[in-house]
Amino acid sequence: MSGYWAGILAILAINIIFAYGIFVTAAAGQLNLGGAGFMAIGAYAAAVLGEQLGWSPALTIPAAVTITGLIGIAIAFPVLRTRGVYMVLATFAFAQVVTGVILTQPVLGGAMGMVVPDYVDLPVLIGAAIATVVLVFFLMATRLGLAMRALHDDELVSTLMGVPARAVQVASFALGAGLAGLAGGLYAHHFSFVEAQYFSALLSIYVLLFVLIGGTQTAWGPLVGATFFTLVPELLRIGGSWRYVVFGVIIVAMMMFRPEGIVTRTLLARLFGRRRRVADAG
Amino acid sequence: MPDDALLRLEGVSKSFGGLKVVDDVGFALPRGGRLGLIGPNGAGKTTVFNLISGVYPLDAGSITLDGQAIGALPPRARVLAGLARSFQNIRLMPHLSAVENVMLGQHARAAGLGALLTPIGWMPRGRWRRDAEALLAEAGLDIDPGEVVSALPYGIRKKIEVVRALASQPKVLLLDEPAAGLNPAETAELARFLREVAARGTALLVVEHDMGFVNEVCESVVVLNFGRRIFAGSMAGARGDALVREAYLGAEEIAADAA
Repeated sequence: MSGYWAGILAILAINIIFAYGIFVTAAAGQLNLGGAGFMAIGAYAAAVLGEQLGWSPALTIPAAVTITGLIGIAIAFPVLRTRGVYMVLATFAFAQVVTGVILTQPVLGGAMGMVVPDYVDLPVLIGAAIATVVLVFFLMATRLGLAMRALHDDELVSTLMGVPARAVQVASFALGAGLAGLAGGLYAHHFSFVEAQYFSALLSIYVLLFVLIGGTQTAWGPLVGATFFTLVPELLRIGGSWRYVVFGVIIVAMMMFRPEGIVTRTLLARLFGRRRRVADAG
Repeated sequence: MPDDALLRLEGVSKSFGGLKVVDDVGFALPRGGRLGLIGPNGAGKTTVFNLISGVYPLDAGSITLDGQAIGALPPRARVLAGLARSFQNIRLMPHLSAVENVMLGQHARAAGLGALLTPIGWMPRGRWRRDAEALLAEAGLDIDPGEVVSALPYGIRKKIEVVRALASQPKVLLLDEPAAGLNPAETAELARFLREVAARGTALLVVEHDMGFVNEVCESVVVLNFGRRIFAGSMAGARGDALVREAYLGAEEIAADAA
């Protein structure tokens, strides 16, 4: 495999994990536009623990997930008091604070960034991405996943059905933060370098787009969305600088023709022959 | 006196701004009872439901369910205490399938982390899914349980909402206009189903405008007007009551009765 494709696969694996982080939160009806902030925390946690304490990635990456998850819990309480567009802004502001803090702290390398010891190779990234996909598919099939999807549709009625709305929302937000942290930790160790500029607002916007365009109704959405968004710009390279225009047009078209995302439940039912199964059963 | 009532409201009041929407309302629903809550539009019927289920806090009064004061509990705790309800406008989860909506109704029965992390979506023969599908079949719903509900016809969705509420195996089932928008055949079928549900021990409190349906389903009625209780007793008694005739049935109905 050429270095070019290895690089794209690495980014794809990281993007998939990151997208699932945003997805588990979105599946419960909350939009997190601060994804890059949580990814940055994971990346810098891994970098600092590796550099200062000499921990190996086998320790720094789980630690990065734990730290981001805990920060996710702490942030969830104030953020979940807000709704809709205000929640989007609150999470966005959080990510700005994170990069702001990184830029001003010499121990984090400021704007110079940090070199990260211990290289983590591509198979680990792919393994982690597969594990994440399996975990989220499992989660969405559980009663907790059902409660999350119910909250997405109608919070009041979910509560009146006995769903502990706040607890489920905090859990999904924290889990999402943890997955973003995992993406960050893997990113840091694979690219051996972190800098605040990478974890920009644009990254938060892109990952939310992966999820919304992929579709939030099923766990297939982020997989399709992240893959689409990572590969299509590469494929469009043949078109030179026009690729940005084409890519933008594709996004607008997606929003017009598939407002609920590429993968919806009705699409899956049509693809996998829901009706045939019924005929078998009845 | 010994409290033989399963659900009891006493002196329940609620104001929005300066408007007293529910004013000193009290009634009792006996175990296995079937009570209709009727009254003209704006009488406060749905607000009473929202007060019982905990959507709004009480201004005054008390609500007791099976001897337990639930008037100050959060909605979730009231569900755990044995209360379930449907809604005036269908409020199924549009992106969930019929069986998933019903499984959501089971939530109150699935306590603990173990139950939360059971993959109910993957096990076609799992206990929860089997239960939910059986309940749909019992209600006479001949549909694909995996169909997303937004694709189903109105009458079916209306009935799924009742089934979803039943999935928690409630002691008391609150139904807010369950027959609204149903055709006569569907209405008759729903009435039959609800009598069956009551016969198995679930007490019913029904808000409904279709008086024929109330007559079919309920043993007695409470009549509200402008947030106050103006009558409690049998349906026949309500029809004969001067206050009720004046406030609720109106001139047309009285004329129709005479005919």
